[in-house]
Amino acid sequence: MPQRTPLYADHLAANARMVDFSGWEMPIHYGSQIEEHHAARRDAGLFDVSHMCAVDVTGADAARFLRHLLANDIAKLTTSGRALYSCLLNEHGGIIDDLIVYFFAPTNYRLVVNAGTAEKDLAWITAQCTGYAVTITPRREGAHALAMLAIQGPQTREKFWAAFPASRAATESLAPFQAAEWRTGNDTWLIARTGYTGEDGFEITLPAALASMTWQALIATGAKPCGLGARDTLRLEAGMNLYGQDMDETRSPDESALTWTVDLRDANRDFIGKSALARRRESHQTTHQLTGLLLLERGILRAHQKVFTALGEGEITSGTFSPTLNQSIAFARLPVDVAVGDEVSVEIRDKRLAARVVKFPFVRNGKSLLPSSI
Amino acid sequence: MNTPAHLKYAASHEWSRLEADGTITVRITDHAQEALGDIVFLELPAVGRVVKAKEECAVIESVKAASDIYAPVSGEIVAINQAAVDAPEAINSAPYDNWLFRIKPAHPDELSSLLDADGYNATL
Repeated sequence: MPQRTPLYADHLAANARMVDFSGWEMPIHYGSQIEEHHAARRDAGLFDVSHMCAVDVTGADAARFLRHLLANDIAKLTTSGRALYSCLLNEHGGIIDDLIVYFFAPTNYRLVVNAGTAEKDLAWITAQCTGYAVTITPRREGAHALAMLAIQGPQTREKFWAAFPASRAATESLAPFQAAEWRTGNDTWLIARTGYTGEDGFEITLPAALASMTWQALIATGAKPCGLGARDTLRLEAGMNLYGQDMDETRSPDESALTWTVDLRDANRDFIGKSALARRRESHQTTHQLTGLLLLERGILRAHQKVFTALGEGEITSGTFSPTLNQSIAFARLPVDVAVGDEVSVEIRDKRLAARVVKFPFVRNGKSLLPSSI
Repeated sequence: MNTPAHLKYAASHEWSRLEADGTITVRITDHAQEALGDIVFLELPAVGRVVKAKEECAVIESVKAASDIYAPVSGEIVAINQAAVDAPEAINSAPYDNWLFRIKPAHPDELSSLLDADGYNATL
């Protein structure tokens, strides 16, 4: 029996086509995935992301514990509400999950982890707690269950404030990757200027009982419900990895275009996976990198298609038709010395089609970032 | 679901119509376009190719997935609809108006082995 979010009935009412996603019954689209994609790029798209799991990490040793647990360094977070993207690594430097960590106080943090990995993550995190005065509290079930909505697109802020005018003062000055608590009645909402689309937007974490009212209030402002289909094309255009597809426990951050998330600046900090990553780097064990690909012919790039380069073979990890660029884009794991600008070929059924290695993100804030001459 | 009664259907979601000149026009069903979602790519067989019934002969791709299209009967591909290749999204809005290819059947009686509208609806 798949799990359902507090917005299940709202999805059905909006004519959602529901699919199983990591054990959750979620909307794939509400009619047209492409129209939903464009709504998020051009206006405001509304997403139910309640399948993701918020995990509170509290206690006297919370900061020290997270500096050990995460490859990025939460010591950078000094203002309450600041957020940071990080990998959760195993001892071999493989990626257990990617997550966002929010800082509220040195004794109070929140992680937001992926739906399909939540149980595995909780088991791993709990197993690492020995010797630390911390409490790990998942917030997906029970009396304190939270729901999460994302509203994304250039009109997000105006629409959100039209629906919830009293939240404006708390959220107007939020910088990207910054969250604020907004108290309304007896409830506290966390409103973060974050997202998974490459657009301006808010991600809102609130008591599960308020999810439906909030969803409906945002739809009433003209925000368009968007399913997981649009979420996938938006994140791919935005150059954001999907766990389980673009990286997993067999891949390190260096093989996943996530080197920038591994913070080695404090030489005294020992985090899980650090020594393994250092060994891989010293012995040049990393043979592949994650790159962007743009198909130069008609067709659609898809995960697991083979890529042939002058320096050896690789594989597409995520591919799609890009509604913004009107051509096919992908992430591919290719030999490390393949460079941006190189032409490669991709095996699609019985043909080999030409593709160009490009930088990602492909799209940001509604605009193509591709070089004008391809 | 729109399933016109005067057409013949395959369980693999193609429908066929016998034309006055003896050729068969092939399209995908309304059910197929809705299940696929936004269609963004279409690859049709070469004119002149000889296909067998149930042979993969075209590919249709939506944003989310690729799907094969099968020849409903054996025969020779005598025409393809280039307009559908150039603007595959039109298949979503009007699947019964946007034909894909025409087959000159090798065995015209094969058409009778296909499903009628009720038979097709029963497979869904």
